[in-house]
Amino acid sequence: MKPAPFTYHDPSTPEEAVALLAQHEDAKLLAGGQSLMPMLNMRFVVPDHVIDLNNVAGLSGVTDTGEALQIGAMTRQRDLMRDDAVRARTPIIPEALENVGHFQTRNRGTIGGSLCHLDPAAELPCLMAVYDAMLTAHGPDGAREIPFAEWPLAYMIPTLGPDELLTTIRVPYWGAGHGYGFVEFARRHGDFAIIAVAALLEVENGTIRRAAISIGGADVRPIRLTEAETALVGAAANTETFKAAAEIARGIDAMSDAYVTSAYRQRLAATLTERALVKAGERANGSA
Amino acid sequence: MADTRDIELKVNGESHAASVETRTSLGDFLRHGLGLTGTHMGCEHGVCGACTVMVDGEAVRSCLMLAVQANGHEVTTVEGLADDDGTLHPLQEAFWKHHGLQCGFCTPGMLTSLAAFLRDNPDPSEREVREAISGNICRCTGYQGIVDAALDAAKTMQGN
Repeated sequence: MKPAPFTYHDPSTPEEAVALLAQHEDAKLLAGGQSLMPMLNMRFVVPDHVIDLNNVAGLSGVTDTGEALQIGAMTRQRDLMRDDAVRARTPIIPEALENVGHFQTRNRGTIGGSLCHLDPAAELPCLMAVYDAMLTAHGPDGAREIPFAEWPLAYMIPTLGPDELLTTIRVPYWGAGHGYGFVEFARRHGDFAIIAVAALLEVENGTIRRAAISIGGADVRPIRLTEAETALVGAAANTETFKAAAEIARGIDAMSDAYVTSAYRQRLAATLTERALVKAGERANGSA
Repeated sequence: MADTRDIELKVNGESHAASVETRTSLGDFLRHGLGLTGTHMGCEHGVCGACTVMVDGEAVRSCLMLAVQANGHEVTTVEGLADDDGTLHPLQEAFWKHHGLQCGFCTPGMLTSLAAFLRDNPDPSEREVREAISGNICRCTGYQGIVDAALDAAKTMQGN
């Protein structure tokens, strides 16, 4: 028996889950369990109550609204990769998910779980940043919307109240023919990225019309490279442009840890940003 | 007072009913509750892959699932791969033929992972096989025999 004793709850509706959260102090929500279960097994967390979301109805699935994908927080990573709407509208999501753990963990792991766990090097937060996703959380007083830019508060802490439940993620997608590229560097396949970069481009007659770049793994939250995005819009979609824009990534604030220095992360960010942009440029319709 | 729940599940086609403490992992329940010690508990935090089983046909880490979460579901462990008459699964046969194991600790997780993987990818490349078992750590073989076995089993299974 690895986890410390807790009381287990398995509500069947989001309202019940929120009510249980309000009712119990020191409760943890259990989504796919691919992060919380290891922390329970190692007793890094010892909650009095575990509220299992796996039997809650209506929290998973993808709906295409015509301009955005509405993704239920309990949608499993494997199901996102297989979903037709996700593959057609946001092909960068399956491309990035190939790097999330292993297929056995993606069978359980959920999008909402990853966003709430908020590991700085996780791929899903990086993707939500590049799309300016909108998150919906339900609390005792009803629902509220949170733009992803405001979601990370600090290291592994989202701006989610202790009695709130993340229910939906809205991902406004880009037009057909947009270019996309997700690249990351990790020591082993499936490890958290030392640096991950997500890039989206819209190109018309060889000119970049719209650009978004997000860098994960560098800081406690994904970094949007807005300066480079501004520089890209209106420029010719070619390798020189991408190289120059990627150089801006060298100036980001990057963490140092026991394995990787800040300078190495900055250097990697520039290299991978260039590769992500080149990939996105090659895939964009309208590139010369 | 321990928090317990009554659960019902199918394991390798057989129905079981049990009362489990809610903090028990599925892997510990299979081993200690049902005596199915083929599933090996290694790192117990989702990294090594030794404890992989199939739940409703999908490969998952049994150390990262609670037994109570398997209530109403169907679990397949390494014991469920061979036929009832003892005929080995083509993967098991290939592991034997290609020396895909030495100490055998990682083998149950390798087999259950690859069984699910080959069902979805019947004709994989070597690279795809290596990626599929990237979440299963083996310290004896250097993986070569395992990869050879998986590719050979894929061929056999397509032939059938």
